[in-house]
Amino acid sequence: MPSFVITEKCDGCKAQDKTACQYICPNDLMKLDRDKMKAFNQEPDQCWECYNCVKICPQQAIEVRGYADFVPLGGSVIPMRGSDSIMWTVKFRNGKLKRFKFPIRTTPEGSVDPYKGEPDADINNVKKPGYFTHHGAGKAMPIIKK
Amino acid sequence: MEKETCTFSYCQRPEVVTIESDILIVGGGMSACGAAFEAVRWAQAAEKAGKGKLKITLVDKAAMDRSGAVAMGLSAINTYMGENDPADYVRYVKGDLMGIIREDIVYDLGRHVDDTVEHFEEWGLPIWKKDESGHTLDGAAGGKKLKDGGKPVRSGKWQIMINGESYKVIVAEAAKKALGLENIYERVFVTKYILDEKEDNRIAGAIGFSVRENKVYLFKANAILSGCGGAVNVFRPRSVAEGQGRAWYPVWNSGSGYATGAMVGAEMTMMENRFVPARFKDGYGPVGAWFLFFKAKATNAYGEDYCAGENFEESKKLYSPYAEKLGTCIRNHMMMMDMKKGKGPILMNTDKAMAELAKTMDAKQIKHLEAEAWEDFLDMCIGQAGVWAGMDIEPDKSPSEIMPTEPYLLGSHAGCAGFWVSGPDDLGAPADWHWGYNRMSTVTGLFMMGDICGASGHKFSSGSHAEGRIAGKSAVAFVLDHKDFKPTISKPADEITAEMYLPFELYEKYKNHSTAPEINPYYIRPRMVQARLQKIADEYFGGISTWYMTSKTLLEEGLKQLAMLKEDASRTAAKDLHELLRAWENYHRIWAIETHARHILFREESRYPGYYYRGDYLAIDDKNWKCFVNSKYDPKTGQWSVFKRDYVSLVD
Repeated sequence: MPSFVITEKCDGCKAQDKTACQYICPNDLMKLDRDKMKAFNQEPDQCWECYNCVKICPQQAIEVRGYADFVPLGGSVIPMRGSDSIMWTVKFRNGKLKRFKFPIRTTPEGSVDPYKGEPDADINNVKKPGYFTHHGAGKAMPIIKK
Repeated sequence: MEKETCTFSYCQRPEVVTIESDILIVGGGMSACGAAFEAVRWAQAAEKAGKGKLKITLVDKAAMDRSGAVAMGLSAINTYMGENDPADYVRYVKGDLMGIIREDIVYDLGRHVDDTVEHFEEWGLPIWKKDESGHTLDGAAGGKKLKDGGKPVRSGKWQIMINGESYKVIVAEAAKKALGLENIYERVFVTKYILDEKEDNRIAGAIGFSVRENKVYLFKANAILSGCGGAVNVFRPRSVAEGQGRAWYPVWNSGSGYATGAMVGAEMTMMENRFVPARFKDGYGPVGAWFLFFKAKATNAYGEDYCAGENFEESKKLYSPYAEKLGTCIRNHMMMMDMKKGKGPILMNTDKAMAELAKTMDAKQIKHLEAEAWEDFLDMCIGQAGVWAGMDIEPDKSPSEIMPTEPYLLGSHAGCAGFWVSGPDDLGAPADWHWGYNRMSTVTGLFMMGDICGASGHKFSSGSHAEGRIAGKSAVAFVLDHKDFKPTISKPADEITAEMYLPFELYEKYKNHSTAPEINPYYIRPRMVQARLQKIADEYFGGISTWYMTSKTLLEEGLKQLAMLKEDASRTAAKDLHELLRAWENYHRIWAIETHARHILFREESRYPGYYYRGDYLAIDDKNWKCFVNSKYDPKTGQWSVFKRDYVSLVD
């Protein structure tokens, strides 16, 4: 179901060099119309519905409408992604609503320090099986038992 | 047709930026992130040992936070050994992939992978746990971590459940920090790898263009780690309008890993393999958790098990002893037997499964169960939740249709199409299965990982990251052994740039010939290249329209038509950088599907019933075909060779 941008809500990310949705779309679909200063999905039939543009939009201006090939009108699935959890609102065609909340990460965004507390690699082991973390912990790699 | 060239008479000449690195990582998905994390640490060790500083660069066509197959998120990690023996993992992968895998590579992956999963948890990925009374805790509820002996929630023997909406963001964060942002080039699409001019069969670099500005990047490198995903929408999909975006596998996986490696002559293996997942119809939502975790049963419309009775007896006649193992493709095969008899729709009985589970639960637990069922989709296939919402389907109240999708080429999920690589040297594999550097292809300095490392499926997200780490470390070893190598680009960068920008030149040159730029006799637009490719693949190479049936005569005709399409692809016209991206992606798709067809043509049996059939050789023929089928394109002559390699079992 392709994403679409709500005209009234989109502010073109205030004319920065690129919009948030352009930055994130894995398939290079979001484009800024510089005359209108509004973003749009330039190739809706290549949209995977990954919702990354929906989740990242600072204006909550992006939603998704079911693929016309097979989804009847009227339903919607809308996320609100916070720093540690995401809230989903699922609206059925018949109007029924469901809400779900799930955790998304247990550490603050941007806090990953990849080698903190990790052992150094020993270059003499570079051709041996096992990662630097295995070697550092003294773990030997198993082999196939015959 | 007359050959067109780009002289930049009509389109603007791009600036060419040259970046020199010791190691270039191409791709930004799970394997690329793993490669970055491991390679940087070993490079630090090399520097400390006085071996000099190694420069490691990564290039991604998208933004690493949300690129690759895990861009949307995932609801499970499908490869975690825990208490299991990696040898049993080999047995399971071998069973599902119909007996032919590289057991050395699969075992190697199994013995490495848990460390990677435990790092995901350290970095912040919530992993479900079992509490002391056996109940499920979500991953942020403070249960003991895996590395401290925490018990994950197993949905199957190898799978563990996660709250994975931000899975890729977390994994990318670690990789980006390891590399340093100054070494990452996002929104640059690599179109070709380049061989060295002086040394035969030796990688020297890669070239690509920015999809944001008028710039071409020439990456010179001593080693390349290639992790560019599988091939999606190479076959005509079941939904051909807007819905073609709702591919089961990521729609942006354009076969680039297969194409770039094949073009420089890297040996491929098992490219005849494909994956046709049976998934929730149209939305292609995952069924794994429904089968394994919620214990739902799939039946025909009459409530009958399609993998039993007459279907099973018939299947055994052609596919014993594989039919008895009920691998993924065999189950597809039997599902289609019922579909052909008009016994569809095939249903996943979600309602019955949830009613059964609810019997032992209180109201709060039932509510949690319902949330778990929805999270499975909302974490990794939000579109399926949209289908349910639009069709008023509540899984606890009504069943949902499932169906086999269009075919996909990949090597990290339940498929094994990819490159023939050097394996580990300590697992007793034949001597010619390892040549010094783990995961290096037959092209010196070019490493393969994730979806494009062949004959070793069922890695999934964690295994791809784990494989990237193995390859990343190995590339550091390679570079240290080849410190004196100075890449010499075999073709002038200007020439490659002109070839890369030809679609612009063609568009600008001819666009005013007709009143509507879509219809023009001088060129073809990327969208139509893809449509033609999909039609050829579907009708001649065993897509959905023939119930996955093909044969020697069909394949030969299809390959003839594909050759013409390949010629016409040099007449692709692009109006902007976005379309230039599509032009080259589709060129890669053509290469991917060509290798697939050549391999199917060579293998004279139906090794994967339910994924594809050779109508002229309907059975599995272990006597002649329990072997790898490998192939090689010769970049000097333009000739393909396809040949057998012996299968050797290492795990009984």
